[in-house]
Amino acid sequence: MQAAHTTTPVHEAEHHHDPGFWRGYVFSTDHKVIGIQYGVTALFFLLFGFTLMLMMRWQIAHPQEAVPLVGKLLEATLGETAKDGKISGDLYNSFGAMHGTIMVFMAIVPLAFAAFGNYVVPLMIGAPDMAFPRVNMASYQAYVVGGLIMFVSFFIPGGAAQAGWTSYSPLATSIASTGQTFWLIGMVCLITSSLLGAVNFIATIIQLRAPGMTWMRLPFFVWAQFVTAFLLLLAFPPLEAAGVMQLMDKVAHTSFFLPTGLAIGGNLANISGGGSPLLWQHLFWFLGHPEVYVLILPAMGIVAEIIANNTRKPLWGYKSLVYSALTIGFLSFIVWAHHMYLTGMGTKVATFFQTTTMIISIPSVIILTCMFMSLWGGSIRFNTPMLFVMAFLPMFGIGGLTGLPLGFNYSDLHLHDTYYVIAHFHYIVAPGTIFALFAGIYYWYPKITGRMMSEFWGKVHFWASLIFMNLIFQPMFAQGMAGMLRRMADGGANYSKAKVPNAIGGLSDALLHMHIYILWAAVGLFLAQIPFIVNFFYSIKNGRKVTSDNPWEATTLEWQTPTPPPHGNFATVPEVHHGPYEYSVPGKPADFTPQNAPV
Amino acid sequence: MEIPYTTQPRPDTGLYNAKVGIWLFLASEVMLFGALFSSYILLRVGSEPGFWPHDWLNIPVGTANTLVLITSSITTVMAWASLKMNQFNKFKFYHACTILLALTFVCIKSYEYHDKFTHYEVALTNGKFVDGHMKENHLEMKDNALTGYAVFSGHEVEKREELYDLKKHHHTGHEDVKVDAAEIKRMDTYGPWHNTYTAIYFTLTGLHALHVIGGALVIGFLWGPGSKLYRTDPERFTNRIEISGLFWHFVDLVWIFLFPVLYLL
Repeated sequence: MQAAHTTTPVHEAEHHHDPGFWRGYVFSTDHKVIGIQYGVTALFFLLFGFTLMLMMRWQIAHPQEAVPLVGKLLEATLGETAKDGKISGDLYNSFGAMHGTIMVFMAIVPLAFAAFGNYVVPLMIGAPDMAFPRVNMASYQAYVVGGLIMFVSFFIPGGAAQAGWTSYSPLATSIASTGQTFWLIGMVCLITSSLLGAVNFIATIIQLRAPGMTWMRLPFFVWAQFVTAFLLLLAFPPLEAAGVMQLMDKVAHTSFFLPTGLAIGGNLANISGGGSPLLWQHLFWFLGHPEVYVLILPAMGIVAEIIANNTRKPLWGYKSLVYSALTIGFLSFIVWAHHMYLTGMGTKVATFFQTTTMIISIPSVIILTCMFMSLWGGSIRFNTPMLFVMAFLPMFGIGGLTGLPLGFNYSDLHLHDTYYVIAHFHYIVAPGTIFALFAGIYYWYPKITGRMMSEFWGKVHFWASLIFMNLIFQPMFAQGMAGMLRRMADGGANYSKAKVPNAIGGLSDALLHMHIYILWAAVGLFLAQIPFIVNFFYSIKNGRKVTSDNPWEATTLEWQTPTPPPHGNFATVPEVHHGPYEYSVPGKPADFTPQNAPV
Repeated sequence: MEIPYTTQPRPDTGLYNAKVGIWLFLASEVMLFGALFSSYILLRVGSEPGFWPHDWLNIPVGTANTLVLITSSITTVMAWASLKMNQFNKFKFYHACTILLALTFVCIKSYEYHDKFTHYEVALTNGKFVDGHMKENHLEMKDNALTGYAVFSGHEVEKREELYDLKKHHHTGHEDVKVDAAEIKRMDTYGPWHNTYTAIYFTLTGLHALHVIGGALVIGFLWGPGSKLYRTDPERFTNRIEISGLFWHFVDLVWIFLFPVLYLL
């Protein structure tokens, strides 16, 4: 570490050449710049996807009332579909489909995998860059193109895709607008982007580990990214194939997913028929389920790093963590049809998939247990990243446990497609993954900028987010168990006791009234992000300067570089002599031993 | 710090970076085509009995194209081996053959596509079907109504099912059939929209053809302007030929599966 630091001026004098604005920031091949590009773009999409949902929550709580503040803007930009500032059914469907698409494919995966992975993985393994820097740049560019296509689709006639982020056929194919075509082409770009990224990550981790960085000395974050990359590499192509086929259905009038005798609007469709709607669902969920682990594994990686660093002790059960991550990676390919219990695929198939689903919860529980056990007996530093991580553990626990009734065929029949499902997976992705991502941002910010983010505003951000997230998602469990379906533009008012007094299982006023609490909790969550956004930009220039290259006193290699790391990262090739988490080793002068410290 | 192992293999893995990269890429390609082949199986198993086509494609033409691709794989290996033996001129010769063979493949494939796009199935108002290539076209749209007539070189059959296995139903020769506009109930060509077989046929072979064209462009670049690298860094250039060759072999292998599945089974 010391060697790397003291030789910095020499190193910069040798290699420093100003690449200019375009090569330096836009068409850069440096993994750190690409990581930051990914991060900023993904954070933008995260906010955009959230505002879509805010407008939808207004519509659910107050059906057919003009959206306050932005109603006029909606009408001006989107036209007839937002007449008088009210969200029409079609627009609601567009917002719903695009909220899911944006959050999964354009916000969280690019942030968790591409942004953090790009910035941190090469540093952690002691590499000068990714194995294929130009492929890396192409990956980001494909992502931007895909994102733009998705974004533009809001403004075309007929609006963006309306068939949900899952785009089930025949619905997706039979809606007479080009939104779905844009969605499919956008997806092909995003899939290309993640394919290029995945190849690059795996090749980098296999080939560019520094001398002495053996597989079992890799920080758990690197392992998590490694498994994630394999999931993206192997699970996305079937969706690409499905996307190509749906595109053929849409533009070449084939019938891959359209059955014989399909009627649209009461008329027999002019198609050859003979296709299978189930085929789309199989191919979609063959990606869709591994994708869930793409969302959570990098988050678990971040959590592991921050726990070890802030408990000042080694991770409990490092090997169990690694083997669990690998097991999850393998098993995630054979659980997909638990999303399809209601399709009538047969009880034998359902039994197989509910068995594998129960088995995959075992390694997930092992990981969570290891992380809880790591807290035992540590003298915990409660800084902002650690607070987010401490909240991640129980929140992910709630998300995971509420998933079990969905994994069982019989209980899923009742809960399928209700708000219960929404609450379940948002507990995993929102106070789970997104909290871990926030933790990661607060944790690595000083390495990227050389300055700390404000601890006070970080804590405000944390507590407000934690409270509002729970206020949003907790009521949805109750709504869903009472039978309230998702994806309804009126929030289920049509099925209320008030409207259909004698119906069995009609939704009570109390359940519908929860929509209003949820709306205001969502507004609160939006306001809670303001301290973060201000803190994020303000601290770039005005945060407290770090006094050392290793402000958290961490062991992993990314902290043993100059701040911020220069092009090429390390002045000399680091030699690794220690495991990733040598904290509080008895007999050592400091309570941490960097991986490249001499023996 | 420079990126290590761009040309030399890493001792513990025995591979240089790009070779790891191409194998990973090919793994994802296996999943891409694997999904399409799985779809083929599902569509075929789920098709109405008697309505999965047999002998719709020209087997001698398909066999010729298979031979063309296999030969191109041989020339690809030879091109790489020539570079390993420092015989640059031989490399130039072999890869010129590869590119020409790739073009031949695409030409033959275009001919087959054209054949399908000009092949008609006509449902007649009397319940019969006429099937074949259009020989004379005197059909005209007048005031939103079809008038005139067309002559097809093919067959007239009683039931649509017979078209799905002509040999089984003893329709071997071709005859000229004249159809008046008034007799036509519905008419379409054997494009992707015709049924799920043509849909998967065009999707699979189309995606494969895109791979052939992409591979030919890369090899064409390395054969032409890209070959300057040989003078400055022959080892790196040889690696590039190896990598693009691995891709080419994969594209070839996909066809080896496509040919029996679509033409013979």
